Amino acid sequence: MLVSTNVLSKRPSAWLAENGSLAGLVVLVVALALLSGDFLTVTNLLNVGVQAAVTAILAFGVTFVIITGGIDLSVGAVAALSAIVLAWSATEAGLPWPLAALLALAVGLLCGLVNAALVAYGKLPPFIATLAMLGVARGLALVLSEGSPIPMPETVAHLGDTIAEYLPVPVLVMVFMGVITAVVLNRTYPGRAMYAIGGNEEAARLSGIKVNRQKLVTYALSGAFAAVGGVVLASRLASAQPQAASGYELDAIAAVVIGGASLSGGKGRAFGTFVGALILAVLRNGLNLLSVSAFWQQVVIGVVIALAVLLDTLRRKASN
Amino acid sequence: MSESREILRVEGLRKGFPGVVALDGVDFALRSGEVHVLLGENGAGKSTLIKMLSGAYHPDEGRILVDGEPVEIRTAGDAQRLGISTIYQEFNLVPELTVGENLCLGRPPRRFGLVDTKRMHAQARELLDRVGVDVDPRTPVGRLGIARMQMVEIAKALALNARVLIMDEPTAVLTTTEVERLFQIVRQLREQGVAIVFITHHLEEIAQIGDRVTVLRDGRSVAEVPATTSEEELVRLMVGRPIDQQYPREAGEPGAPLLSVRGLTRAGAFADVSFDVRAGEVVGLAGLVGAGRTEVARAIFGADSYDSGEVLVNGRALPRGDVQAALAARLGLVPEDRKGQGLVLGAGIGENLGLVTLGRASRGGFVDRAGQRAAAARVAEQLGVRMSGLDQEVRTLSGGNQQKVVIGKWLLADVGVLILDEPTRGIDVGAKVEIYQLINSLTASGHAVLMISSDLPEILGMSDRVLVMARGRLVGELDAGEATQDSVMALAVTEVEDARVH
Repeated sequence: MLVSTNVLSKRPSAWLAENGSLAGLVVLVVALALLSGDFLTVTNLLNVGVQAAVTAILAFGVTFVIITGGIDLSVGAVAALSAIVLAWSATEAGLPWPLAALLALAVGLLCGLVNAALVAYGKLPPFIATLAMLGVARGLALVLSEGSPIPMPETVAHLGDTIAEYLPVPVLVMVFMGVITAVVLNRTYPGRAMYAIGGNEEAARLSGIKVNRQKLVTYALSGAFAAVGGVVLASRLASAQPQAASGYELDAIAAVVIGGASLSGGKGRAFGTFVGALILAVLRNGLNLLSVSAFWQQVVIGVVIALAVLLDTLRRKASN
Repeated sequence: MSESREILRVEGLRKGFPGVVALDGVDFALRSGEVHVLLGENGAGKSTLIKMLSGAYHPDEGRILVDGEPVEIRTAGDAQRLGISTIYQEFNLVPELTVGENLCLGRPPRRFGLVDTKRMHAQARELLDRVGVDVDPRTPVGRLGIARMQMVEIAKALALNARVLIMDEPTAVLTTTEVERLFQIVRQLREQGVAIVFITHHLEEIAQIGDRVTVLRDGRSVAEVPATTSEEELVRLMVGRPIDQQYPREAGEPGAPLLSVRGLTRAGAFADVSFDVRAGEVVGLAGLVGAGRTEVARAIFGADSYDSGEVLVNGRALPRGDVQAALAARLGLVPEDRKGQGLVLGAGIGENLGLVTLGRASRGGFVDRAGQRAAAARVAEQLGVRMSGLDQEVRTLSGGNQQKVVIGKWLLADVGVLILDEPTRGIDVGAKVEIYQLINSLTASGHAVLMISSDLPEILGMSDRVLVMARGRLVGELDAGEATQDSVMALAVTEVEDARVH
């Protein structure tokens, strides 16, 4: 399943068939470079990276869930809640920032575990369980912050900085989380179990995979990734906002799906998700540069999501 | 019988897929009022051929003629208009809808724009009568057993005025009595002039039901012979070489009991089931479909729980409903539903083979993937899985090779007791023998095998001891010497007859 083995053993056309989203990204970049002189500048590309970072981090977490055949609608809300918990406990409650950061991570994990418990033991459909969590987490974020932004502790807010002019920290965090995702998916027991569960849950169970326990791991990872995404977002804005990351769950899901994962489970890769998130960010950025109105941008992005998945479906059909 | 004339003819059909030639010159002719058996190993091209006749695939070369006229069958609708209906192994029925609704799916009788339920049910009853099945059209299809669902499928084909009825292994899922019933219906349709293409892996059925046989091998039609041709000859044509022995069982001296089941009971499913399986032994579990065999197997393995009783492996009791404990005791289950429960179809062969050992091959959460792959390669080689590589999706393998992968994952885990539930269902003769040889080598090395099968010759040919279940109870135990078709069936059926009296 690793890219490296595929590259060596397959013809270019087969490689392209498996990495259609990457080809799409390349086409998009070339087109925008031709259309706008401002696109292919270092500053702008760094900007795109920063814009992609939070979506990508959330999407990496969602990738785990989607591979098991589930869905996580709560990541945007959990991101906001985690950031609020960090900011609140550091400023209002006076906790030292490392403790506050750990607490934020724990909150993300906990939200994921609750999702998983509802799905694995309560037998709720993942859509419903995580939709409920979306409401609860967003609500708690508002309750805790009383509806107003809370400033982030300064040390943590460095996560939104750019080192030496050319290294935005959010991009570094994104790459780091992406590598973790790839390693978990390809090298670890929970990762391989996710593919098996998403591919055929009953076969996985009868092969001795502890399906429920692995679902706990899966959703907990998604929650933790959401927490990281939330903190990075708040750091960029220098304050945690209860309404932050609204709708990001849909962008995250879109990135995963554009990256070639199947909503019915069993398929998906970290690299695909990464490319999916980049496509969304490049598209938004490019449309801004071309002065397309924000209203039309939504239309374009909707069409692109549908097209990406449509092409992917057709490609798979052709290769079968 | 109506006058027999040629309805369908296929000439020089060819079809390639990326990397493989599925059909490489198939000729085939079908007359009205005949049952034409299509015979061939899995992968010989039967499925590809019927998919072309039903509009799912389009041939690269060759022609299809209906009533002497060349036709293009591009969609299922085209096939329907030409009077060609196909009954696949996976039924095309909507379980939540009633029998009547299923029979007129997509074109219900209407009155003032609304569905005319009364007329729909009347039409349904007429069709069901023609098939001779006694089902209330208002019953949801999901509540019917497999045999009756199949009858509904046949009725549905008749509703479309099918002149050509293609049946893909219709007997694979039926019990002996149900098969008899199906044959009656098929004969009746033949009398009515319907041309029937019949696919089966059960050679003994050919003389019973067929008129002619077309044999496919490696994508070519190699012979057209009368159905009275001997089984040996048919096998030779199909495999291309004679198979010396269909059931190559080599029994050894059985050792100590490895698996003991004591008084296993689950209300409504099975009661007081007790038996032993010893090292080096193949114990066959026979009975009609629905006798509770699969339920017992799943309970032993921990896939489902039970109310009372005990399962002991090597004398140690297993906790109820705990697959992990069963695995730790080196128990393995090859489930009845290969695709639904045995395999991750979208994953590769290597990935599937390593499923059971995934946990064992992990250190600190990290999987030793190189080790897993090496082990998978070794087992795939040992089993003779025909594949392009370990990354090939299991979905694309033939039934026999898929089953080898399911068995292979347990070999890799080195189980002591292997429970096989219908291990050769839908598998061709060549692959069957390979699986039997595998069973032999397992027992020769001291493993114990419990084999559930609805294929009586297989039970008789491969078991050292035969247990018979009926109505959830163990009703008899026969030694290999005393077990015959008659003695086993007598046990399997009498109890059921008793049950009807109550």
